[in-house]
Amino acid sequence: MENHINLFIDTVFIHNMIFAYFLGMCSYLAVSKTVKTSVGLGVAVIFVMVITVPVNYLLEKYLLKEGSLTWLSPKLAEVDLSFLSFIIFIAVIAAIVQLVEMIVEHFSPSLYNALGIFLPLIAVNCAVLGGALFMQQREFSNVWETVTFSFGSGLGWAIAIISLAAVREKIRYSNIPAPLRGLGITFILVGLMAMAFMGFMGFKL
Amino acid sequence: MSQLFSAKNLKLLTNPLNMENPITVQVLGICSALAVTVKMKPAFVMALSVTIVAAFSNLIISTLRKGIPARIRIIVQLVVVATLVIIVDQLLRAFVYDVSKQLSVFVGLIITNCILMGRLEAFAMANKPWESFIDGIGNGMGYGWILIGVSFVRELLGSGTVWGYPIMEKLGVYTIGYVNNGVMIMPPMALILVGVIIWIQRSRSKKLIESK
Repeated sequence: MENHINLFIDTVFIHNMIFAYFLGMCSYLAVSKTVKTSVGLGVAVIFVMVITVPVNYLLEKYLLKEGSLTWLSPKLAEVDLSFLSFIIFIAVIAAIVQLVEMIVEHFSPSLYNALGIFLPLIAVNCAVLGGALFMQQREFSNVWETVTFSFGSGLGWAIAIISLAAVREKIRYSNIPAPLRGLGITFILVGLMAMAFMGFMGFKL
Repeated sequence: MSQLFSAKNLKLLTNPLNMENPITVQVLGICSALAVTVKMKPAFVMALSVTIVAAFSNLIISTLRKGIPARIRIIVQLVVVATLVIIVDQLLRAFVYDVSKQLSVFVGLIITNCILMGRLEAFAMANKPWESFIDGIGNGMGYGWILIGVSFVRELLGSGTVWGYPIMEKLGVYTIGYVNNGVMIMPPMALILVGVIIWIQRSRSKKLIESK
């Protein structure tokens, strides 16, 4: 249990997807104009990550890693399919996003309308594929750890986008030098927020 | 040959370097631009990989564009891009293993690099193969020069080296009390540097300034 809490705090604050790894930056900058839409996108990212990362973990463990096919037959112990991991991961993500889209559309049309275009776009959000690739690097021991990991990463991403949207709503009324308006000041803002998040790096877990 | 490099095609090549830069104007492909720019060498390798993948995926998708059903085009694009990225990744591992280790997951993340999907959707799906190929190279280079610029500043001020060469030490500035700026290596400075590049670019060409 302690292990899970540590992992959770680590992924939300210390190794935050945005401020430490810059993953999912494109939609982060494009969609963070208002708090309402960014909450929608944040929730969608958490949702997709919690499903895709554990699925990819199971695929990695029972299909792709060297010697992972032994459950099929001991003769396959030397087969190493890990070079296929990129294509499998992205295919899983694209398929699950499509599936989630259909399920949400069927059972909760209001949520579907609220998420709108963001749901299909998540398939190409670097944070989701990044989550899968970091999962591969960190070598988790069981599937529950990947659930915690993906939930933490998704939540960290959602916190980052919602707070940026809140700041951007405020600066709409401030007098920014013309060339910095829009994108320029947003980059600098994110930089300052990332500096604040660097304070968490001192945590020893 | 003159047909291949007509004025229109040259424009495709040079426009992304400045007025339609993928990073500072189109806001595509930011993730990797920020994460791999601590040192110049990985940044250069990354820029080269993205250029190659962008050019060839544009070429392939543009060749196939009439045969791809609109409903499943995203999946087809992802598969083409992922295949190219796997090839690049295996090549990097074979020939420049240390750089490949430094880039870690960011080679894989070229797949979801928005430049690729953005250009495939916006350009390759509607244009002929050769134009698309040039467009891919142009956008890769536009992305590349920002990467190399940012990594140059970060490496020079953060580690006191240029392409691994200890220039600050050779200049002897450490003996008179110069210290490397550690914050430059940290993530936030990458964001602020890109912000500054955007600032400079927009004050030079007023057309790009966003309306209030």
